[in-house]
Amino acid sequence: MDILITGLLLGGTYALIAMGLNLQYGVARIMNLANGEMLVAGGFAAFWMYTAGQISPFLTIFLLAPLTFVLNWLIYRIMLQPLVKRAKSRGQLETDSILATFGLSFVMVGLMLSVFGGDYFNYSYLARPIVIVGDTFALNRVAAFLAAVVICGALYLWLNHSRAGLSIRAIAVAPDSARLVGINVTHLAALAFGLGGAVTAVGGALLSTYLTLDASTGVIFTLKALIIVIMGGVGDVRGTIIAALLLGIVETLVASLLDPGLTLAAAYTLFILILLFRPQGLCGKKPT
Amino acid sequence: MTGTDIRNLILSAIALGICALLPLSGSGYWLSIGVTIAMFTVLATSWALFSGPTHYISLATAAFFGVGTYVTGLGFETLPFWSLIGIAGVIGAVLAALVGLATLRLSGVYFVIFTLGLAELVRQVITWFQNKSGQKGLYVLTDISEAGIYWMLLSLATAVFLTGWLIGRSRLGFALRIIGDDETVAVHSGINSALSKVLLFMVPGSVAAMTGAILAPRYVYIEPSLAFAPMLSFQVVIMALLGGAGRLWGPLVGVIPFTLLWESISSNFPQQTTLLLGVAFLIIVYALPRGFVGLLDDLRHRTRARMAEGVA
Repeated sequence: MDILITGLLLGGTYALIAMGLNLQYGVARIMNLANGEMLVAGGFAAFWMYTAGQISPFLTIFLLAPLTFVLNWLIYRIMLQPLVKRAKSRGQLETDSILATFGLSFVMVGLMLSVFGGDYFNYSYLARPIVIVGDTFALNRVAAFLAAVVICGALYLWLNHSRAGLSIRAIAVAPDSARLVGINVTHLAALAFGLGGAVTAVGGALLSTYLTLDASTGVIFTLKALIIVIMGGVGDVRGTIIAALLLGIVETLVASLLDPGLTLAAAYTLFILILLFRPQGLCGKKPT
Repeated sequence: MTGTDIRNLILSAIALGICALLPLSGSGYWLSIGVTIAMFTVLATSWALFSGPTHYISLATAAFFGVGTYVTGLGFETLPFWSLIGIAGVIGAVLAALVGLATLRLSGVYFVIFTLGLAELVRQVITWFQNKSGQKGLYVLTDISEAGIYWMLLSLATAVFLTGWLIGRSRLGFALRIIGDDETVAVHSGINSALSKVLLFMVPGSVAAMTGAILAPRYVYIEPSLAFAPMLSFQVVIMALLGGAGRLWGPLVGVIPFTLLWESISSNFPQQTTLLLGVAFLIIVYALPRGFVGLLDDLRHRTRARMAEGVA
């Protein structure tokens, strides 16, 4: 029970990060491998605001979200749109965007290393015990989970019950047909990319309240987010959430029963099982 | 075999002979750079054998390389060194086949993601085993000299170039070029695309493991975080793409300048290597999408066009 709840709490934040990546990959069609670095940058921002100005991470995210939205929107417009225009096929865009975002991720790691150094950073915020169904948990984990639930829920409602959300889902399903029915794909793809980046950075700020991060851990989170997106099915919000919770639980199981150093191996086992048995994702439909 | 083939073979043999003389120069510094260049030549060329025609970016080099170093580390006391290289090659090929079977049937993205974490995965598993058995790292103390390593790498490079040349002339190579151009066409003309890709992926897997096995004595002490350093995979990708992955000799053109640049930067500004790697990736994507080789081809076309104009 203890493991189950800890896993769920972790999975909630994972869901947020994977949602960010899913918006970028499912809608903007950019396999953003700098996603984890955006997360770490969000974590850094929260850390810095808290240690320098005693500002709660839960307030920082209100500043962080618009800032990273603009930043990611600019990244898409300046760096990635030329690639989208240049690409002759989906495969070429994938290769190009993988290389470009890899470059971006290394540049970001390099910059963060020179600004903050290579040390681990963490801070103590809301590190009080709280009792849920007989077991004790850290309050910061619970608070981060609740914040993630609120943001995920808002995103879900927005995607499913607004006109912009409908257009975005249309692009995720059929980018070429979306253009035919008068959806401004370029504009919305940039929007989705920016939004995805902002969601990821907020997820990073929430994670930093209870996890220790350093400048070069980003790639691990990129990997986990990618695995979640593939497990849940590309462009599928519900699947992403289920997959994220599943990964959170499995990781916590492995960490507490076997060895904390094997979390990535756990994620990979799930990944392989999905690839072998349900390559279209947990909730995805079989391609016709 | 045509006349140009024979001429190229003779030229390559002469170049190889000159390279083989490097250890006789007596300079330890240049020999050590020579070993690094030879290592990346082997890795980048074998990488491009797979990723050139298929356009799939493999980031698994570090995983295979690390497995190779561990084969040497665990076996050098009981088995002769040459057999370890063979064993590493076989293990690398089997590992590559498993990875390929799991991912290459599906789209290329799954393959990239899978290889991205493969080194980290193997590292975690080995660390876990070591924690269980209570040992930390391995000492590899052999009497193999730096020059010996250099010559072994040079022979491996020769083998890789020959393999690449033979694949290019074989049915497999032809099939792969079609797959790279248009996979749908390839499947419709009766090519088993997944099988061809898996077979080809076994080449860089095996070669990278053998390279690791050869280089293990150079490290003297190996531990998971050293043997599976993910940076290696990225360096190989950069070098191969910088040179141009479309030609057999393309990666070589990227390996030599990048190694020299890397050496000078990592000795002068050790903090900035990650930044350099990032900038190199961006330059390749935006300025050199086909590498130096593409640049050369463009130049040649232009001069040829100008000469044709001059004649007319």
